[in-house]
Amino acid sequence: MTAATTVTAATAEPGQEQPPGRVSGTGRARASWDRLRRDPAAWVGAAIVTAFVVVAVAAPLIAPYEPAGSQWIRQITPSDVPGPSEEHLLGLDSFGSDLFTQLVYGARQSLVIGVVSTLLGLLAGTVLGVLSGGIGGWVDTAVMRVVDIMLSVPALLLAVSVAAMVGRSSTSVMVAIAVAQVPIFARLLRASLLSQRGQDYVLALRSLGLRERRIVVSHMLPNSLGPLLVQATLVLATAVIEVAALSFLGLGDPDPAVAEWGRMLVKAQERLQNDPQLALWPGVCIAVTALGFTLLGESLRQALDPRARR
Amino acid sequence: MSAAADARRAGALPVPPGESLLSVRDLRVQFVRRGAAPVTAVDGVSFDVGAGEILGLVGESGCGKSVTSLAVMGLLPRRSSRVSGEVRFAGRDLLTLPQQQLRDLRGRELGMVFQDPMTSLNPVLTLGTQVTEVLRRHEGMGRREARERAADLLRGVGIPDPARRLGEYPHQLSGGMRQRALIAIALACRPRLLIADEPTTALDVTIQAQVLDLLQQLVRESGTAMVLITHDLGVVAGLCDRVDVLYAGRVVESANRRDLFAAPRHRYTQGLLGSVPRTDANGKVPLTPIPGSVRDMLPWADGCAFLPRCHRGDDACRTAGIDLEPRAGADAASTPPHRARCVHPAGLDDAPGPAGAQPAGAHAVARPDGAEVRP
Repeated sequence: MTAATTVTAATAEPGQEQPPGRVSGTGRARASWDRLRRDPAAWVGAAIVTAFVVVAVAAPLIAPYEPAGSQWIRQITPSDVPGPSEEHLLGLDSFGSDLFTQLVYGARQSLVIGVVSTLLGLLAGTVLGVLSGGIGGWVDTAVMRVVDIMLSVPALLLAVSVAAMVGRSSTSVMVAIAVAQVPIFARLLRASLLSQRGQDYVLALRSLGLRERRIVVSHMLPNSLGPLLVQATLVLATAVIEVAALSFLGLGDPDPAVAEWGRMLVKAQERLQNDPQLALWPGVCIAVTALGFTLLGESLRQALDPRARR
Repeated sequence: MSAAADARRAGALPVPPGESLLSVRDLRVQFVRRGAAPVTAVDGVSFDVGAGEILGLVGESGCGKSVTSLAVMGLLPRRSSRVSGEVRFAGRDLLTLPQQQLRDLRGRELGMVFQDPMTSLNPVLTLGTQVTEVLRRHEGMGRREARERAADLLRGVGIPDPARRLGEYPHQLSGGMRQRALIAIALACRPRLLIADEPTTALDVTIQAQVLDLLQQLVRESGTAMVLITHDLGVVAGLCDRVDVLYAGRVVESANRRDLFAAPRHRYTQGLLGSVPRTDANGKVPLTPIPGSVRDMLPWADGCAFLPRCHRGDDACRTAGIDLEPRAGADAASTPPHRARCVHPAGLDDAPGPAGAQPAGAHAVARPDGAEVRP
């Protein structure tokens, strides 16, 4: 407890120090939370992420039109796409749909695919990490060699091959992104578990006759989840970018009615000269969302690890 | 004692007649590393502990105390350590027992309390989860029953408001509370043997005395055998029935507490006693520290390991096979015999030592809380 107290005291702004009575008796989690609250980057990141999630969930309420269909296709000419107007906040896209509506529904795709793929990656990575860090020995060696092989294949290439195998759909994008994430989580968890192994409480648990499996799953794993949580937030940022990238490469949902930021970029390509706003807005969305997750993840990392704060 | 516990006691393996509950014979522990010579941490240690008895294992850091306790519990890493000898507990050799059976004994028949209460509890789980776990594992209790017992256990070790404490995390408890909680966990299934590895070293002095009193009370009440590992002679004086002094992996002196404090035979024991502030001398007797450190030692094969630090040692000590045996008629008459592994045992050897290092009657030793203990 003293360590956490000192850290809190040391990181508090001068003149803003809390009375010692308030800090002592609070826990590690509490100290981390206090650090997180004082971090402006965390606020910005959280705000962006919240906005993104709200937009994605409430897309039908926010978007002024239906996402599907090229209702205003007649207004599109080979040389011109109508820009912002009273009916269309950001104008039309090159297929005659409302650009703003497309962006709002695009958030849905990014969120769903990003979150599901990260959860899948986290789950598979956790299983592999527990096997290798928890059991050790030849299991560890075997699992880690598999992970090494996965790491040696570039993530994008891996994604493309998976998509090629499973076929063109948002499922294939999810699986592809998840597979690319597995090694990150597996390695991180393994390292984290190995560092738990030498802790006194593990020896104390062994002295109580607990089975190794139980010690690993019920005791060491919960102690190792912090870094994993941080990594998952950071990986969400990459996932959002990768969803767009894979769609850009034509691997996403084949249904053209599904709005997706990456595909909007593809469509914008041919009109880049005359109507750069078509590429600008989805690009900004991708960048800002990724930035939000990165800021939040980095702040989490710093808040959970007192040493990173210097 | 509850009816369930009585039933289990009845089912527990009986101690064969003529044998102690725990009987360690010629225990050797070597640590092996690829490309390096094996290091012998424990070099033929033997001791016995009977039910209700408290044995002190005393020595400096690095003399093999903790390794001995881990070896008895079977907690040394299998890959990097070699353990030989015999550890007989209730008639079974723990060293050859299958892993599964040993696990069933640990926590139920064998309890252990560790040195540092700050790190020996899992920081992310509530106290309740950690106390009930061992009950559910060994006593097959359900969640609710275990929780009630856990509250009783915490009350038993003097933790106020146990029901609330069960929902708290280790960081919300003070060091003394945590050590009490760890003791409660170790004693949850009423083990027949408790190994306490420096249970008070990490605590501040006022708490030390409380924890020691608690241990003593619990052990005496339940007839548990206890091995107390410590470097603190004050703790030994207040608590132990018998004392084995370890040096460089061997027992160099073994005696009743009374005999040991009254007439230490081994020069190392004498040195240890000389390093303790005496409360009966009004500060007139200067402290006499032992020169050097445990690292300055001779391999036992070449003579007495303590020789490089001994003020009395001479060439006669440079011989292998100095035995642990009674050094005087009176020593042999004690039960158990007062044995020492020394060529020039103190008090029986006329060559003078430096002033202050002479044994002068019973050593009164300050207990951690400042109370004086006359063994």
